[in-house]
Amino acid sequence: MDYNTLRHLADSWGLLAMLAIFLSLCAWPFRPGARTRNNDAAKLIFKDDNDG
Amino acid sequence: METSIAKIGLWFALLILAILAVAGAQDTGFAVHMWIFAAVAFGGMWVTAVRYDPLARVQGIFRMPTDPSRYDDDPIRWGVIATMFWGAAGFLAGLFIALQLAFPALNFEPYLNFGRVRPLHTSAVIFAFGGNALIATSFYVVQRTCRARLAFPALARFVFWGYQLFIVLAASGYLLGVTQSREYAEPEWYVDIWLTIVWLSYAAVFIGTIVRRHEPHIYVANWFYLAFILTVAMLHVVNNLAVPISFLGSRSYSAFAGVQDALTQWWYGHNAVGFFLTAGFLAMMYYFVPKQAERPVYSYRLSIIHFWSLIFLYIWAGPHHLHYTALPDWAQTLGMVFSIMLWMPSWGGMINGLMTLNGAWDKVRTDPIIRMMVMALAFYGMSTFEGPMLSIKSVNSLSHYTDWTIGHVHSGALGWNGMITFACVYYLVPRLWKRERLYSLRMINWHFWLATIGIVFYAASMWVAGITQGLMWREYGADGYLVNSFADTVSALHPMYLMRAFGGFLYLTGFVIMLVNVWKTITGCIRIEAPMSDAAFDPEKDRPITSGRPAAIPAE
Repeated sequence: MDYNTLRHLADSWGLLAMLAIFLSLCAWPFRPGARTRNNDAAKLIFKDDNDG
Repeated sequence: METSIAKIGLWFALLILAILAVAGAQDTGFAVHMWIFAAVAFGGMWVTAVRYDPLARVQGIFRMPTDPSRYDDDPIRWGVIATMFWGAAGFLAGLFIALQLAFPALNFEPYLNFGRVRPLHTSAVIFAFGGNALIATSFYVVQRTCRARLAFPALARFVFWGYQLFIVLAASGYLLGVTQSREYAEPEWYVDIWLTIVWLSYAAVFIGTIVRRHEPHIYVANWFYLAFILTVAMLHVVNNLAVPISFLGSRSYSAFAGVQDALTQWWYGHNAVGFFLTAGFLAMMYYFVPKQAERPVYSYRLSIIHFWSLIFLYIWAGPHHLHYTALPDWAQTLGMVFSIMLWMPSWGGMINGLMTLNGAWDKVRTDPIIRMMVMALAFYGMSTFEGPMLSIKSVNSLSHYTDWTIGHVHSGALGWNGMITFACVYYLVPRLWKRERLYSLRMINWHFWLATIGIVFYAASMWVAGITQGLMWREYGADGYLVNSFADTVSALHPMYLMRAFGGFLYLTGFVIMLVNVWKTITGCIRIEAPMSDAAFDPEKDRPITSGRPAAIPAE
């Protein structure tokens, strides 16, 4: 694995893999059934009204 | 008894090692630092031997509640006090160097010249003030959102005190001239190793608490804190790879050379902005803004999308600090393109924070803490618009190396990091010290306006100064020679430097008001004052009309 092999890997399959991972992570909260989970998660911090 | 003897033995061994290191030290800076280590080891030995707990005494001075809380809040209380202390030191150092630029006679050689006090200022505000605020709030937030106590209580205390030792070593090193001259990473190799140990312990405490959580979901603030902790660990280790000249001396040489070294430094430098000053403080925003507004974050989906976008984009933006240098052109363009793309996730965070107040905008008028948070988010939005704009090569050719950059940094640091930290400390102090409320809400109002006007003076004067500088540097005469010498630009900027120092003075004054307010709250005082807002009531007008017939004639 010399510099050139790594470089070509980085700007072809590596780049594609990063993009695919990024897009699926962004799509994750939009999966079916995620709405209620997201709402619950957003309200999680109010369950504990005692800070002591 | 046996454990305490073992402890004394350990401290004694450290003391001997430190004294040997002093004896063999190659330079004064290293010797002074080893004396500091020796003093700490001696203190530890003495405290263990006489079974004296100095912290209990100091905790009395700071009125820390002694009854056990449900959560482990002691390191957080210490963190809040450290934030206040280092904030005062850092802002004062900033005002001092601003005055040095306006009045060069204030450069007291050699310890207090601009070159030595400037890294003291940047490290004090970023790592001491900001870092302590981040450690304290992360310990607070991770416990509340995981519904669990801190995983390793002893290690958490080591993180706090070890971090303070790092700050003392860094700050004293700068004044003694111990520096490896890397932006925002000036401490030398042995201090870097110490910080690595402390930081990995911090990661262990934070991740351990998450692992032991009772809440199934990991709240988004913890994602941002985790990104901040892990990325800073990686950045710190790679950027500080160096070979010491002697293991008993303070000098070292970087493992990289030439443009690779420059790129490593700005890969670190810009991601220190991205993951220390952005991700970490966004974590504070995602917990404390919804808590203070008493409504959930505007869009949890948006928080996840802009989290991953920040993570994937920020790490590539560093080369924009090296426009028109020996760095390959494609790398400069790459840095510029990623910086411009960063605009969107940054504004995603700002919009999410501001829209959390949707339907409760009246709180901006009635709640000075919310007002501070809104101003912080507004400055976050402004500086994350300005940043991508400055990264465009043609804009950068005018702005680079000028005071515009300084103005940009300070609108982010004073406006975003400073204001959100102040707001979080105001939120935390009454809760941590179990007080009914803050000493005074009206003093927050004063702090808010002094700080805001201070930033306006700072940013506006530096815009004018930076553009003046950029235009004067590039001005050619008809004969093809540069019109202005460097000294010409310096004298042209003098009024701007005075205005900048005045802005810093206002910001520091606001902080002094905060110190009084926080201290009074800790001592348990409550200022009797008119509430911030009240519905209008005029007893003079609160009566029926009794004279004669109704004046108005109803319409047909």
